[in-house]
Amino acid sequence: MSSQNNESKQNDQGAHLAGLLSLNNNPAEEAATEPDQPEDPRTLNRRKFLRRLSYGVGGLGAALAIVPVAGYVVLPLFNKQPENWQEVGTTGQFKQGQTVEVKFDNASPHPWGGPVSQSAAWLRVDEVGQFWAYSINCTHLGCPVDWRPEATLFMCPCHGGVFYQDGTVAAGPPPKPLVRYPLRIRDGRVEIRTSPLPIT
Amino acid sequence: MGVIRKSWRWFESRTGIARFIGPVARHRVPKTGKMGWFFVFGSATLVAFLMQGLTGISLATTYVNSTADAYPSLQYITDQAPLGSLVRGMHNYGATAMTVLVGVHMVRVFLMGSYKFPREVNWLSGVILLVLTLGMGFTGQLLRWDQNAIWSVVVGAEQAGRTPFIGDWLGHFILAGDTLSGETLSRFFSLHVFLLPGLIFVVVSFHLYLVLRNGISTVPESGQPVDPKTYHTWYRNLLKHRGEPFWPDAAYRDIIFGVLVIIAIIALALVLGPPELGRPPDPTIIKADPKPDWYFLWYFSILAMVPASSESFIILLFPFIIGLVLILLPFIANKGERTPLRRPWAVAIVLVAVVAIGVLIVVGQEEPWVPQFDATPLPQTVAGPNPSPSIQAGITLFNQKGCLYCHKIDGNGGIRGPDLSEVRSHLTIEQIKVRVLTGALNMPAYGTNLSAQELNELLAFLETRVGNKTPRGSQ
Repeated sequence: MSSQNNESKQNDQGAHLAGLLSLNNNPAEEAATEPDQPEDPRTLNRRKFLRRLSYGVGGLGAALAIVPVAGYVVLPLFNKQPENWQEVGTTGQFKQGQTVEVKFDNASPHPWGGPVSQSAAWLRVDEVGQFWAYSINCTHLGCPVDWRPEATLFMCPCHGGVFYQDGTVAAGPPPKPLVRYPLRIRDGRVEIRTSPLPIT
Repeated sequence: MGVIRKSWRWFESRTGIARFIGPVARHRVPKTGKMGWFFVFGSATLVAFLMQGLTGISLATTYVNSTADAYPSLQYITDQAPLGSLVRGMHNYGATAMTVLVGVHMVRVFLMGSYKFPREVNWLSGVILLVLTLGMGFTGQLLRWDQNAIWSVVVGAEQAGRTPFIGDWLGHFILAGDTLSGETLSRFFSLHVFLLPGLIFVVVSFHLYLVLRNGISTVPESGQPVDPKTYHTWYRNLLKHRGEPFWPDAAYRDIIFGVLVIIAIIALALVLGPPELGRPPDPTIIKADPKPDWYFLWYFSILAMVPASSESFIILLFPFIIGLVLILLPFIANKGERTPLRRPWAVAIVLVAVVAIGVLIVVGQEEPWVPQFDATPLPQTVAGPNPSPSIQAGITLFNQKGCLYCHKIDGNGGIRGPDLSEVRSHLTIEQIKVRVLTGALNMPAYGTNLSAQELNELLAFLETRVGNKTPRGSQ
């Protein structure tokens, strides 16, 4: 009973607001608010049908508009970018025991991408002449790790993650070693295979 | 004059706009007296939002939404465009004002119990507006498209990547591709300029409709609890006997405070200028220290300080729990006392939250967890006059091997690790040696990075760092 009272009071308040918002002296508004005359069942059935028809057709129209729009935004994510081998230098350029930054076109370049079409990696030639390429992204939250040659450590400026020269975690919050890029040497050229940004 | 009046009458007869607005503007609201000044923050937030719309539209006439040109266009706006620096500053401090005011409004509503029956949905729509406002802040920071912005996108993608099952997909969705690309900026531009403001407009309209429908809450009084059974009758009688028309009896306060907000935004823009642009956006430049604007600095601090093992849970669950609490609040406490004098827990929650956020923002500015790469190298004199060659070599190693990035000695160095100015007062040389060789949670093990001679030289230097205390474990 009390909930009914509440509801009726709320309706009163709604009616009050409707009164505030109504357009007085507007025939269209007045006609719209006039009570309906008793109508025959055929009219009511027709109205019921038209209501359902309107909901259905309206919903279909909305879906027709939304599906391609949503698809346009989402579907590109399912198109895997071709992974390219990119040359980053020749073997002679890199010295044994050194770690240097190399730059290359990233995995999803667009002609209009400007400077962000490029990516970087840390290229290391170890003591036995083996080449390694590490992602510059810290495995904690993706910030760029910096190579400190005197300390022979990669250090992250964001939250203090530290990695040894072989990419393994030395200290701080990173949960995994630095991601390694596939690397090959062909005819004296050092090539890195582009990869999506590692989401760790 | 007659023509104007005649034109207005013609316009009014076709639109009824005055008959529509008049009663709405003059609807009755409870008298609030001087306490009415606590009720101006909602409208002031709206003023800040309108300012953002105005300044944002004007900036968009010059800003180039292109990964290659966004940064130079912002440089042009800041340094060359007439009034560009002022308008960009107004947009920045308008964002700050909007965020602060939406927070203050929310605190006022919470402390005065204005979210209780029948205004539960007012509160819920306000929570949505808070989220949308923070979304505007984040996307706006990224449109600066400097080095900080592009790395913030990466950090945001990595955080989203912690989501179970769909993390990888979500992370690349934020990047708008496999990596940062030509589409990344466009994604955030469309969010910041079209989608989020559009949603804010819709939800603000709904929020205002609810304010009209449910009425403005009264100043809470002790011993006057909300009872849903009798509230509507009580409120109607109150308006009848102690109400006043909103326009102009109450609206004047909103107008005065709103104008003060506008003046404050312009004054800040004039005095402090727009936020500095960082280095140009280039993912191949490794030197970067991405940090969010102050709205998210407190959360950034939390993520930096929590143990790594619980980090993923906090990244995902913390915002979820905060959101859930805000959503459930009007359902679990929608009646009873409204006055903060009878709700000490409400006051305590607000105090703790405000102090915690404030402290975390300050800590976030200082970033004690970040290695200090630009620390001034220790001078050879740090070990006193005429140090031995071995000690001199140890000082050089301390500077070169990265010890200085995290450890302070005599005021120089980082603060991620303990101050080593008097390390020999706390640890024996053997204990120091073990720590250097094996490392710790936040310190790399230098066992493979130092030769035996280098280790001895480093220890020779640290041996000199003696204070007044006796080291633990010493004879």
